[in-house]
Amino acid sequence: MIDGFIALYIFMLAAFVGHEVIGRVPVILHTPLMSGSNFVHGIVLVGAMVALGRADSGLEMTIGFIGVFLAAGNAVGGYVVTERMLEMFKSSKEKR
Amino acid sequence: MNEASSVRWLIEASYFVAAILFIYGLKRMSSPVTARGGIVWAGAGMLVATLVTFLYPGMDNYILMMVAIALGGVLAWVSGKRVAMTDMPQMIALYNGMGGGAAAAIAAVELFGGEDHGLTFGILAVLGGLIGAVSFSGSMIAFAKLQGLMKSTVRFGGQQIFNLVLLAATLVLAAIIVVQQPGPELIAIFFVLALVLGVTMTLPIGGADMPVVISLYNALTGLAVAFEGFVLQNAAMIIAGTVVGAAGTLLTQLMAKAMNRSLGNVLFSGFGDTAAVASEVQGSMKAIEAADAGVMMAFANKVLIVPGYGMAVAQAQHKVWELAQILIERGVDVKFAIHPVAGRMPGHMNVLLAEAGVPYDVIYDEGEINAEFATADVALVIGANDVVNPVARTDPSSPIYGMPILNADKAKNVIVIKRGQGAGFSGIENALFFLDQTRMLYGDGQAMASELIQAVKSL
Repeated sequence: MIDGFIALYIFMLAAFVGHEVIGRVPVILHTPLMSGSNFVHGIVLVGAMVALGRADSGLEMTIGFIGVFLAAGNAVGGYVVTERMLEMFKSSKEKR
Repeated sequence: MNEASSVRWLIEASYFVAAILFIYGLKRMSSPVTARGGIVWAGAGMLVATLVTFLYPGMDNYILMMVAIALGGVLAWVSGKRVAMTDMPQMIALYNGMGGGAAAAIAAVELFGGEDHGLTFGILAVLGGLIGAVSFSGSMIAFAKLQGLMKSTVRFGGQQIFNLVLLAATLVLAAIIVVQQPGPELIAIFFVLALVLGVTMTLPIGGADMPVVISLYNALTGLAVAFEGFVLQNAAMIIAGTVVGAAGTLLTQLMAKAMNRSLGNVLFSGFGDTAAVASEVQGSMKAIEAADAGVMMAFANKVLIVPGYGMAVAQAQHKVWELAQILIERGVDVKFAIHPVAGRMPGHMNVLLAEAGVPYDVIYDEGEINAEFATADVALVIGANDVVNPVARTDPSSPIYGMPILNADKAKNVIVIKRGQGAGFSGIENALFFLDQTRMLYGDGQAMASELIQAVKSL
């Protein structure tokens, strides 16, 4: 069970990690990084899958289906556009 | 260890690995040298977490699940591969909104399911649902605006009071849901109100503020995912969501700061509404022909190029880099100067220039390059306006006073490529255009860049 202070500790430490990771990012990577973090919260897919998997009424199944659909779009779309953007970042020393 | 508990262990271990891969991937994305590998690591984490979730105990509806994944995945894959680099901001807004919507859907399933989660988890489920729904509808409005599907700003009298009342009503409903666990009608009304709130919050915000808004909704979606992660007891969601929430919040603050505005100011006041009367600008705008501008740059020692949103609209980044390359071949020192909020997203210009093939080591941000304008022979401003307006330094009555700008006005000569004579997005006259050393090159960014290339080549 993740609850009480354990939950708070996880939340606090993860918040500091997020702050630190992005704190040193140069401006030129802001858009790809925003896109990359957008991809990372695509992890909502696993939650949506569990919610749909446990749904038993028609209403719950409909909402769960929409949730999985949206989450899959978030994860896949986030990956594709981030990868496309980062693929273009090359220094003048690299061959193109 | 029996079978059920070893499956459980495998799932938890995979989520643990996924969390590590996400953080390591984001870490790698923070440097241009390693960034390309970063997304692959994070992607591996996502794949592991998704696959292992199929083993989750007590689940059903696998067919529906796979259809939903295939549908969402294929649509996003195709659209993501096709989208032009200039349209990247609205695409990110769209995918981000989908994540927020998914978090809200999880909350809805949990709440409609009617299980008693206890006070703490009830609050987290409802809050995550509220934030996710706002992020969903808000991001969709941001997408529609940037895609040109709707008029850029919609304002009506008492809008802020309306939004506040709406927020208060939504929160009261949220409290009722947590405490009383009412029937599905109230829960449905709660989600509808939250969705409407996202729409009315985003409607009055103008295009130039969209970078801040998209970044904010990105952070909010992260937070919503983390909250629903607590409800579902899913450590991967908690960690990934919180990391994104914190990183997104910092990024949002950095952007708002670069525009010299507080986040509250971006969200709750229309730009230019407070100080519509900017001081009169003295002098006149002087036009120049492309041939003369080309000569000026070809015989310069140092040329600094300042791109803005206009370059993105005109799709001129390839031509601009071609121009820069022939100048470099002639021995001119060419550098790109980027303002943090130029364009519609932080780093938007960098992405466009990277697409055109500009190596990142000739691109400098405002802090690195500003001192160099004084030694530059030519500053070529293409499609940028407010970010080079010197009134931000000189005129305390201007709404952009105090905003850090690129000091293009310090260059010996300034050439501005601009469509027409109108003021910029903010409606503020740009004093730079009226300076003695400034010449205006009127026309479409791409066409003018081509003419400049011809002018330099013909020398």
